[in-house]
Amino acid sequence: MTAIISVENLSISYRVPGGNLRALRDVSLSVARGEVLGIMGESGCGKSTLAAAMINLLPTGARISAGAVRLAGTDMLRLSPEDQRRLRGRSVAMVFQDPMTAFNPVLTIGRQLADFAGAHDPARAAPAALAAMLGRVGIPDPQRCLDRYPHELSGGMRQRVAIAAALLMQPDVLIADEPTTALDVTMEAQIIHLLRDLRSSFDGAIVIVTHHLGVIAELCDRVAVMYAGQVVEEGPVDSLFHDPRHPYTRALLACDPAVVDPASGRLPAIGGRIPDLTALPEGCAFAPRCGMAQPACASPVPRHHPGPGRSVLCHGAGP
Amino acid sequence: MLAYAIRRLGLSVLILIVVMTAMYGMVFLVPGDPASLALGPRATPELKEALRERMGLDQPILTQILYFFGNVLQGDLGVDVWSRRPVLDQILEVFPNTLILGIVALGWALIMGVLLGCAAVVWRDSWADRLLGVLSVSMISVPSFVVALYALIVFAVWLNWLPAIGAGEKGDIGSQIRALILPAFAVGIGWVGYLARLIRASLLEVMEAPHIRTARAFGMTERDIIFGHALRVAIVPTISVLAIGFGSILSSAVFVESVFSRPGIGTLITGAVEKRNYPVVMGCVLFMTAFYLFIVTAADLLIARLDPRVRDVLRG
Amino acid sequence: MSSAVDGANPVRRGIGRALVADRMGLAGLVLVVAFLMMALLAPWIAPYDPIALDVKARFQPPSAQHWAGTDHLGRDLLSRIIWGARLALGIAMTSIGIAGAIGLILGLIAGHGPRWLDGILVLIFDSMSSLPMIFFALAVITVLGPGTATLIFVIVLVSFPAYARLIRTQTLALTQADYILAERAMGAGSARIILIHLLPNVIGPLVILICMDIPVVIMLEAGLSYLNLGVKPPSPSWGNILSEGYNALRQAPHVVLVAGVPLVLATLGFTFLGEGLRDVLDPRGAGRRWG
Repeated sequence: MTAIISVENLSISYRVPGGNLRALRDVSLSVARGEVLGIMGESGCGKSTLAAAMINLLPTGARISAGAVRLAGTDMLRLSPEDQRRLRGRSVAMVFQDPMTAFNPVLTIGRQLADFAGAHDPARAAPAALAAMLGRVGIPDPQRCLDRYPHELSGGMRQRVAIAAALLMQPDVLIADEPTTALDVTMEAQIIHLLRDLRSSFDGAIVIVTHHLGVIAELCDRVAVMYAGQVVEEGPVDSLFHDPRHPYTRALLACDPAVVDPASGRLPAIGGRIPDLTALPEGCAFAPRCGMAQPACASPVPRHHPGPGRSVLCHGAGP
Repeated sequence: MLAYAIRRLGLSVLILIVVMTAMYGMVFLVPGDPASLALGPRATPELKEALRERMGLDQPILTQILYFFGNVLQGDLGVDVWSRRPVLDQILEVFPNTLILGIVALGWALIMGVLLGCAAVVWRDSWADRLLGVLSVSMISVPSFVVALYALIVFAVWLNWLPAIGAGEKGDIGSQIRALILPAFAVGIGWVGYLARLIRASLLEVMEAPHIRTARAFGMTERDIIFGHALRVAIVPTISVLAIGFGSILSSAVFVESVFSRPGIGTLITGAVEKRNYPVVMGCVLFMTAFYLFIVTAADLLIARLDPRVRDVLRG
Repeated sequence: MSSAVDGANPVRRGIGRALVADRMGLAGLVLVVAFLMMALLAPWIAPYDPIALDVKARFQPPSAQHWAGTDHLGRDLLSRIIWGARLALGIAMTSIGIAGAIGLILGLIAGHGPRWLDGILVLIFDSMSSLPMIFFALAVITVLGPGTATLIFVIVLVSFPAYARLIRTQTLALTQADYILAERAMGAGSARIILIHLLPNVIGPLVILICMDIPVVIMLEAGLSYLNLGVKPPSPSWGNILSEGYNALRQAPHVVLVAGVPLVLATLGFTFLGEGLRDVLDPRGAGRRWG
């Protein structure tokens, strides 16, 4: 399979008072057409920076120290701002975490969708086209929805609208940043259901950023686990969930409320805190929290390939 | 919405009653009696006696105040001490001039202010932004009547492009517009600066909002984002400031109208102050207060209409 | 607006140096100091007596002898402007001092007193600072008659609510602070708390407010004097010079042109200084005081 979007050795840092915050370190990933990649990790591990880099929407102050994000071969990060803008929304589209704030409160849904589509192709901004797309994501009475203001819709409906907006231009890549986190459980199930339906009809690549293992298990083909700005483990979902090699992945899987034995009466948690990203050690960043740490963990970590499509960044995972 | 409107109106009425009482009471604070004060230094004893009787000064003070309130409610603001003309007639005669001056001044200030504010955001943190910042502060702080005087010298005296005094011929729209240009320029210029700064600050805040990030993620151009999406949100707080600003616009108008000898509330009240024509002064104060409260209340209700969130909160 | 101080730590660098780094604030400081010097040294630096008539030399344009020309009575305009600075700043400082004192007392009463009193006072402060007060000022002038004392009274009337509101806000914030409760528990009196804690907290915003208020007051003084409702002639108020110049606008426009300059520069100076101080002392509050 050829990758439609690929991240190559990407390193990004933010200038903060008292140093450089290294948000991403040497991250490499790729997604093919028809494939769904999940990115998971605790908050602060670099997931959102990675998602922002993939749509070229890094916050001011972010510095790309190395690497590239290639969309069908072209490095998006090196394009002119105007060319970058042309790709956003048309080739790469994004669904944001919080549907409560993702829409402009004083403009109608229809106006906003029309503006989004109109930025690239006025023909697709026609009300009929917009209503058709709203119907596709399961919004009842789409014609009326166009005249509504965002606050008049429920959170779940708004997230459906957000997904419809992202699909308007039939992008090559759809990035969903925590698409269900801000929703309650019922809504979450509905949105997961919608995304699963979309998989079959959508021929681009999908990237889902989440810390919710259920979302990954239900929707994704492959998963990348991030820790302290690095992809520490990557592989097909089934294989990785059944046979996690990185101690961090194992800990994450053990923390999932869905798999915790209710009889034990307590939720396990990973001890310790994520490391200070302005002063990272030369060796493994997870070592201070790792139950299996050895003296070798203080030296640079090699990447191992324990199976087909699998990779893991850990001293203990070697052959 | 209705309950909100009633509450707003109630507060306005309360303020108006306090102002009326204060205006009426002020006459009693000074030594000498209200009749001779109202009549001014040139009054004869007979005149004073007649007025005292007419003002009901022999009645208890509470009766006097109620009597006064009753008159005001019937639109009777008293009569001019000198000309004996009803005060309200005089006010209504010149008020349209002041109103047009205020509206045109605020109108051009709003257009320029929005444009400069948006320009500052488009070029944010560049030298152009800083220049606009200094320019805005300068426009805010320079007294409007000095601007009026300078504009008068340059455009009316030296270049002779525009009339120096008056409000134009009656019925001749062209001359009225020409007479309006310089005063409106002088009255509005401070507000260009105010609004530019306000729009800039408000826009910059809005530009950080998640929905702007959404708009960027969909590839909208920065220009479309600012003018199409952000400005709509940023302009809402401006409207309430604009209404309050009408008060300061009217204050500038007092001085600027004098500079251009333009008939209006400003020239009416300053002329009356000089002649110690208290009924006219009091009438102008009451009228302007009522008008101002009306504007502020109307603006609040307009905001409730413009912002769909507020609208629904009030409806619900 | 927050031009040159971005990224700098004003506390560490000192207020003075941060202000100097802010070019607009520096320009304001220079202008303000210049006007203060003019006001203080007026008797020594003014080349002529500001009210000495010389009818033969009336309406002279600027020359080597009279740098700013002369007015309709042949008085030296530069001298009148210099003495006018003394008048303008004197009136501004007197009235702002009184307004500040009244504001302090009322603000403390509102902040410390019972709820209902606070509610009434706040309603009064808010109404007064939002209504078009110039009209009330004119009414007061009608009753009291124009003059310097009336002018000061009127300015105090117009400007004290802003000070009262500021003091009230700070007082309320303080009475809720933990260390004040602790002090109260240890038996500290109100006077002590006000002296030790309130004043240091309030001084920064107060200085900014004063700097922003002085141009408004100078403008009001000049404006009312221009309308012949303020300082009585022949006192060399800038407003009086403008008013006298206005009457001879076509004959001698230099009078108005010259007399407008100090008014523009003084208001700009104090505003720039206030802006600069605000950026330095209160970076987050920049652009807060609209109206």
